[in-house]
Amino acid sequence: MQAVDASPERALDLKLSHLRQLEAESIHIIREVAAEFDNPVMMYSIGKDSSVMVQLARKAFHPGKLPFPLLHIDTTWKFREMIEFRDKFCKEHGFNLIVHTNQQGLEENINPFDHGSSKYTTIMKTHALLQALHNGGYDAAFGGARRDEERSRAKERIYSFRDRYGQWDPKNQRPELWNLYNGKITKGESIRAFPLSNWTELDIWLYIYLENIPIVPLYFAKERPVVERSGTLLMVDDERFPLKPGEKPRMEMVRFRTLGCYPLTGALPSTATTLPDIIREMLLTKYSERQGRLIDFDEEGSMETKKREGYF
Amino acid sequence: MNEQELISKDILGYLEQHQQKELLRFVSVGSVDDGKSTLIGRLLHDTHGIYEDQLSAVKRASHRAGVEIDFSLFTDGLKAEREQGITIDVAYRYFSTTKRKFIIADTPGHVQYTRNMATGASTANVAIILIDARLGVLQQSRRHAYIASLLGIPHLFVCVNKMDLEGYSRSKFEQIRTEFQHFVAGLGFKGVRFTPISALLGDNVVHRSESMPWYDGGTLLEHLENVPIASDWNHEDFRFPVQYVLRPDLNYRGFAGALASGVVKKGDAVMVLPSQRTSKIVAIDSFDGEKERAFAPMSVTLRLADEIDISRGDMLVHPHNLPHAAQRFETMLVWLSERPLDRQKSYLLKHTTQVVRAEIADVSYVMDLETLKQTPAARFELNDIGRATVTCHRPVYFDAYQKNRGTGAFILIDSLTNNTVAAGMILESELSSDEDDERGPSSLERPRTQVSPDERSERLGQKGATVWLTGLPASGKSAIAFALERRLFDLKRLAMVIDPDDGLSRGVQPDGSSPAQTPELARRCTDAGLLAIFAYASPLRADRDTIRDSVGADRFVEIHVTTSLELRKKRDKRGVYGPGPLRVSEEAPKQPDAIVLLDGSDPEEVAQQIVAVLVKRGLLPSLYAL
Ligand SMILES: Nc1nc2c(ncn2[C@@H]2O[C@H](COP(=O)(O)OP(=O)(O)O)[C@@H](O)[C@H]2O)c(=O)[nH]1
Repeated sequence: MQAVDASPERALDLKLSHLRQLEAESIHIIREVAAEFDNPVMMYSIGKDSSVMVQLARKAFHPGKLPFPLLHIDTTWKFREMIEFRDKFCKEHGFNLIVHTNQQGLEENINPFDHGSSKYTTIMKTHALLQALHNGGYDAAFGGARRDEERSRAKERIYSFRDRYGQWDPKNQRPELWNLYNGKITKGESIRAFPLSNWTELDIWLYIYLENIPIVPLYFAKERPVVERSGTLLMVDDERFPLKPGEKPRMEMVRFRTLGCYPLTGALPSTATTLPDIIREMLLTKYSERQGRLIDFDEEGSMETKKREGYF
Repeated sequence: MNEQELISKDILGYLEQHQQKELLRFVSVGSVDDGKSTLIGRLLHDTHGIYEDQLSAVKRASHRAGVEIDFSLFTDGLKAEREQGITIDVAYRYFSTTKRKFIIADTPGHVQYTRNMATGASTANVAIILIDARLGVLQQSRRHAYIASLLGIPHLFVCVNKMDLEGYSRSKFEQIRTEFQHFVAGLGFKGVRFTPISALLGDNVVHRSESMPWYDGGTLLEHLENVPIASDWNHEDFRFPVQYVLRPDLNYRGFAGALASGVVKKGDAVMVLPSQRTSKIVAIDSFDGEKERAFAPMSVTLRLADEIDISRGDMLVHPHNLPHAAQRFETMLVWLSERPLDRQKSYLLKHTTQVVRAEIADVSYVMDLETLKQTPAARFELNDIGRATVTCHRPVYFDAYQKNRGTGAFILIDSLTNNTVAAGMILESELSSDEDDERGPSSLERPRTQVSPDERSERLGQKGATVWLTGLPASGKSAIAFALERRLFDLKRLAMVIDPDDGLSRGVQPDGSSPAQTPELARRCTDAGLLAIFAYASPLRADRDTIRDSVGADRFVEIHVTTSLELRKKRDKRGVYGPGPLRVSEEAPKQPDAIVLLDGSDPEEVAQQIVAVLVKRGLLPSLYAL
């Protein structure tokens, strides 16, 4: 425990900064789901949003342990540094980590190079997620999605209802008033809960900075082996990357704005090696973060289609 | 130094500044085409809340339509809605300046509008109402202001939009302001501000207008950045609904939750509701260390000096400042569901962290949203707003919504569909606190069913009805009744015969009138969703009318069985028809649903005739007509 905060009582002092208010709301949501659902699970994608979400969950139940496991959908194509970070982080905090891979997809060697990003994502991410949720019998799954990420998310609820097939129907969502969430479901149905709904990308970074939250080093610029494919820099993270004849990875100072499967995640040339550098770069470039995620360019409104199918 | 420079030259200074920002939520409302989307797009654009790639996508789409930037395109929503060109749900948008982070609840002004506006308004500090300068104050504007005040939004900002189309006329603006100010004065806002703007051209939105030198009241953004909001939270009354009990080991017992209102300090005496046990706060815990005090809306964990049994749904308060405790209270409801209120059914009421069963038996009125007048009503339908009395099965600890949004609000959940069907705001209680106390659990009303006829009928997939067969003794009522029961059962309906000759003769009067409790029995059977077939002679019209009233005329089917005397005599097994003088008579029904007789037809054929009547009455689906 740290020192007691002994600020003198002042009426005008009863003010929370926006980050502390967002924090308080997220903690409230996490506790509410833990209290009202029988078998929740927290999706852990290893990215910065997940890191913030797990930090908030730790705060919600401190000094106790998390009353639910973390679930990682491993497509087997994640950056190696992500997996290293995941294992170290979970071990250090004693989290109950569940890792799931779509075995059938693995046996059929479904991969982003031969099958295209859309099919690969459906099988190795969406299907894998639905399998894992089904196997675990989870009735609530926390996700780190934010409403500012993409236009179609702007109307997403904090408790997002899924039918027994894990599917989302935009017409069948419940109105959410005040902080009174309706957690009533019928057996077999489930919810996805989004405690970070009201956070923006800037809020996430400010909070990581304020709280000194550890994040995967890939967010910081470093010399990394990359090749350029149709204008996007891809990192050659392991020997499975099929190089074209004559193609040779070159070392460049790059970082990643979002993390996912390395063959689908574009790198940014950057010299930002500290959090303030990253935040400055983000504010000055103003490119929305999904640009780095290749899956969205397949079709307009694709995020929504994926959501209907059960993707987060 | 402007923000851009600060970011490039002194990022640490920028971070410092942004960690101190406040959070303001606002809801933006207006009728279709008042320029709401344009205004939000403008705000996002001029505060750099839009990323370059989104901006270029919008520019491309705008150019296709022949304009430079169509600001309304920044805020379009789901695919289906995009295709229809309308927004039908609340969307949340975000932007920030160095002073504040803003959350916009963007609520469409279409059909679903009351429901959406209530949703967006429930957490808002500010309501922005748009008025088209050309059209002036419309009934819609008044309605929006009324809903904003009902949901307890403290601050109202009125933007008179499209000033460019009115030649930036000062008198036009003043005229609208005077008219609307007069109306909103009675609505109880903490503050009301009027701004003349052009959302399209950006006048007085983020940047001051050069075209309206007569106006010096500040831009919309300045208002949003400066309106005092810290005092929007109730910091007087400490209310801590326990959300989660933390027991990581035997030595630690903490009560986790968010303060709904008020301030709590280490060492404070507290009372636990409903047990009324008292104790002292020994620690206010958080992940970041112990705190000396906590205030709304912080999420913390409280530890008490004494071992008291406390669970989720309990509330910690200061013993000298108690909330109301009551099972019955007056509320304003906003009906959110396509299914209307069912006054006989019990709903689940979620208030703070507890869920209780509740009924809404008395509806006082529904607001006519056109005239803003109260109109008498029996129930609520989608988008209705009105006043009603709520009765809970357990006491609830609350404050009036106008004083405390955290403990004055609740939602109603339909336990059959699990949908959120209404949002409620508790009105200042007329009961004194003494009366509150008397209404302890002992004053509970007699237990009664919590399942409504509509719910049962939905479960069974049929409507309940009473089929009343009246007719002189030996006219064949029982035979027809059992034939009808079989026929209905074969049609996959649930039917049941109540026949005096079938072990239910106790209490039957000598003239064949049914026992005294029959009206109640008929109603029960019908409420249960059954097609209940009664076969009592029931010669008196008044008796049959009593039964009709008890069941409800729409669920009551009267069949007059008029088998001829000849045949009756033949069927007579009890010697009613002689020898000797005739001892029976009846007051024939004036308007029976059908007259049937056994002369020339067998009970099965008569049963089929009655099935046709039930179809005609809408009590059976039409496919059973043959
Ligand atoms: N001249 C003028 N037109 C405006 C202004 N604000 C909005 N409009 C136009 O009014 C129409 C409706 O605006 P929109 O933002 O879509 O309205 P909404 O239905 O309230 O969202 C559009 O054609 C806008 O370009 C304004 O300040 N001046």
